[in-house]
Formats: sequence, C-alpha cells, structure tokens
Amino acid sequence: MFRNQYDTDVTTWSPAGRLFQVEYAMEAVKQGSAAIGLRSKSHVVLASVNKANSELSSHQKKIFKVDDHIGIAIAGLTADGRVLSRYLRSECINHTFTYESPLPVGRLVVLLADKAQVCTQRSWKRPYGVGLLVAGLDESGAHLYYNCPSGNYFEYQAFAIGSRSQAAKTYLERKFETFTSSSREDLIRDALFAIKETLQGEQLTSSICTVAVVGVGEPFHIMDQKTIQELIESFEIKETAADQGAAMQEDKSPEAAPMDI
Amino acid sequence: MNSIDSTPAKNSLLSSEIGSERTLYPYVTGTSVIGIKYKDGILMAADMGGSYGSTLRYKSVERLKSIGKHSLLGASGEISDFQEILRYLDELILYDNMWDDGNSLGPKEVHNYLTRVMYNRRNKFNPLWNSLVLGGVKNGQKYLGTVSMIGVHFEDNHVATGFGNHLARPILRDEWHENLSFEDAVKLLEKCMRVLLYRDRSAINKLQIAKITEEEVTISQPYSLKTFWGFSAFQNPTKGAEGSW
Repeated sequence: MFRNQYDTDVTTWSPAGRLFQVEYAMEAVKQGSAAIGLRSKSHVVLASVNKANSELSSHQKKIFKVDDHIGIAIAGLTADGRVLSRYLRSECINHTFTYESPLPVGRLVVLLADKAQVCTQRSWKRPYGVGLLVAGLDESGAHLYYNCPSGNYFEYQAFAIGSRSQAAKTYLERKFETFTSSSREDLIRDALFAIKETLQGEQLTSSICTVAVVGVGEPFHIMDQKTIQELIESFEIKETAADQGAAMQEDKSPEAAPMDI
Repeated sequence: MNSIDSTPAKNSLLSSEIGSERTLYPYVTGTSVIGIKYKDGILMAADMGGSYGSTLRYKSVERLKSIGKHSLLGASGEISDFQEILRYLDELILYDNMWDDGNSLGPKEVHNYLTRVMYNRRNKFNPLWNSLVLGGVKNGQKYLGTVSMIGVHFEDNHVATGFGNHLARPILRDEWHENLSFEDAVKLLEKCMRVLLYRDRSAINKLQIAKITEEEVTISQPYSLKTFWGFSAFQNPTKGAEGSW
C-alpha cells in the first residue's frame, strides 16, 4: 500500500470506493503477533503468541476474559484492545444484571461491530487498530467470531490473525472439518500446533504462548503455564521444532513498533 | 402587618416545580392472580374485575397477557400501571425480535427485567402499583415468579397476589404436587378461585384461566364458577335482630 491523496482521514472516500484509513487500521492487526481460535460443538479454544519488548519486560497480555462464558484474543494495538475489552465486559455485566442471563455471543459481537463502525464514519475519530477473536458459549452452542477494525464481523470454525497467521490458517484449513466433533484435548492440541506454525522455527514453550478454553460446564479461563508445558511436551511439538530450529537459526520477524505487539 | 408569607418550602426532594407527580394511591384495581406449575407448563387464573374503590366498575378487564413466545404475565393492582407495563414489555420484545438472531427472551429474563423496573420506580417514590405473576416455559424449563410493587421478587412452584396469598396459598401448599395433570391443575385453581369469590369482596364471578406450555399459549374465554348460597343461616338473615337489614 502506498500513500495517496485520499488516505488522510477516515471520512474521505477514494475514487475506487475505498476508505484507506480503515484499511491501514487492518494493517495494524496484521503486524501484531499471532492469535488463533478454533471451536468444536461444545468448546472453543483461543491461543496467542506472547511477545515481550525485551528479556527484562513481562509479556504482553493478549487474551482477556469478558465473562464466564466469553473471552477474547487480540492482535494489533493492545491499548485499543484493552479499552474494547472493558466495553465488552461492561455490556456483559449490564445484561446479566438486568436479565439474570448471559448475553448471547452473537449479540455482543454485533454491539462491538457497531461500535467499531462509528469510528469509520466520524471525522474526529480513528478506527480501532485491533482485531478481536471472540470465543463464547450460549444457548445456541459454541461460537467463534472475528471482529475487524472496519466494523465487520464473521463467524468461524477456526481462524488466525496477526503476523505469520497465514501459516496457521493453512494448518487449520487442512484440519477444520474434524473440529466440530473434536474432543477438548484434541482441540487444544490443534491450537498448539497452529501456534507452532506461526513461530517458524522458534521453539514452542509455554512461556511464549497463552492458551484459553471455554466450554459446556467450563467457564472461560486461561490455562496455567505448567499444564501447557506438559501438553506441549506430550504432543512432541518440541521435538519437531528442535529439528526445524537447527536448520533455520535467524529470527525473521521485523522489529515490532513499541505500541504494537 | 401581614408578613410576606414565608411558606415553608413545600417542595422536598420528592416533588418538582409543577407539584409532585408521584403515585400515591391506586384508582382502578384488579384483585388476586394465582399461578401454578403443572406437568406441561404453567397455569394462571385471574378474574376480570376492575374495582373503582369499593365499586365493581369494570367487569371485562383482561388481567392475563402473553409476552413474547415464552411468557405469561398476570397483574393485580392498578390497571393503568399494568397497561404501562405491557407497553414496556412490548418494546422489550420488539427490540429482542429486531436482533433477528434466533435468541429470544425467556420467562426468567422477563421476570428479572420487570424486577428492575419495579424496584427502580420504587426507589424514585413513584411505584407502579402492581403485583405481578410471571410464568413460562423455555427449552423444557418451567419458570414461575412474582414481583411486587416494591421490587420484592422470588420464584416458586405456586404463587399468588393480594388476597390469593392468604386464601389460595394455604390450599396450594396442601394440595399442589409435582406433575399435576392439566385437569387436576385446573380443578385446583378453580378451588382456589371459588374460595376467593366467596371471601374477597373485590372478586367477581367471571374468570379466565391461561395456560402456557413449550408449544403454545392459550387464554381461555371468560367463564363463571358454580356457587352455592343455600345455607340455612342465609334464610331469614335478620332472625336474630328484628328491624335490621
């Protein structure tokens, strides 16, 4: 994408009918580190790659619990993601307070999408620079949605966003037809394999990834590091990664801008 | 010299410049509503009277209404406030339907929404002067609850409002059981309504029974109960007090 005279503000159309500011916002999502989600009939799993600015700093939080039955993973401007997760939590809790009942995932996603759309139609605003994978359970089953800075949302069986997400998507495309009937453990295994794909050579350990699950009878929660490490070892991911690691030494990832993770 | 009248500030936190517009007393009221769970769902009964104080002014007031696909609402107390509540719920159901997404508000959600409405009005010292019975079935789950004008709310297998609390619930406590058949449940409700008819002076002998199951809602046509007044004590009522009437 190159600079042009129609990309200064979000309320200017290009002659080709594009809003460049919105597209640039979606670029920000592509620069963030990977996040993936997949669902079966009864469970949804989210996983993300955690980058840290330096060895001294802590890892950026990319997965947020929104309610007992909904959680999100983000890629892009984490500050925007934090603000949106506060909005989502607020909507969920207000609904539960009034109706004593969990907010259906589909409705939350529409509220979020409408909020994002507003920022694409005001000259004094900018689009949110974050993509969200919304995972949740309600009366109609397990759901996984992707919310875009453009204000669009889509439902998915499995999806990946962020840098090198194409590798994960390829893996998921091969296997997604089996997900509906997958067990919880198989789903988590596939999530870890998909994350491994985005690392391209780097060793997968529980210190650089986060996994979260929500399912029937299982409130949304982030799995603890020890369990993840044990799972990684049992799935022999480490072995495969070590083989590839010997062949490709350098880390090809570009320098992440300070505000992007 | 007449002092320039120092009328003590008549207003308080409760009234506006125009004068207070909060509800102080009800005008046209409905009497008891009874609701019970039975095998296939919920049954509710209420008579069709609207009293204006001690006058039985209106005799075709429908106090049982269906809400959305899954709920039934019965109300006692101020009829105009009940009509207002129906408008709130109309809007609620409308917005729920506008999502057009396969999700729908069940009886539990409607009950809690009403609780919030009643309680918030109570906090503003401007209550909706009703006692409500909310029942319904969704996804096989039966639900029956009640909300009062001050926001007191709870669920139970059988509920009643007004005089029903004193006259009907003791009967229900003894005779209600899980999985009543439709016929037995109607008989039980009619037994309670008959007692209310004899003893509650705001009751009239014209009632409706409403049924809600997973599949459908039906509100019966108005009908009346058989009563017996041929007690010997009612012959010659002034026997012991000649000259009275």
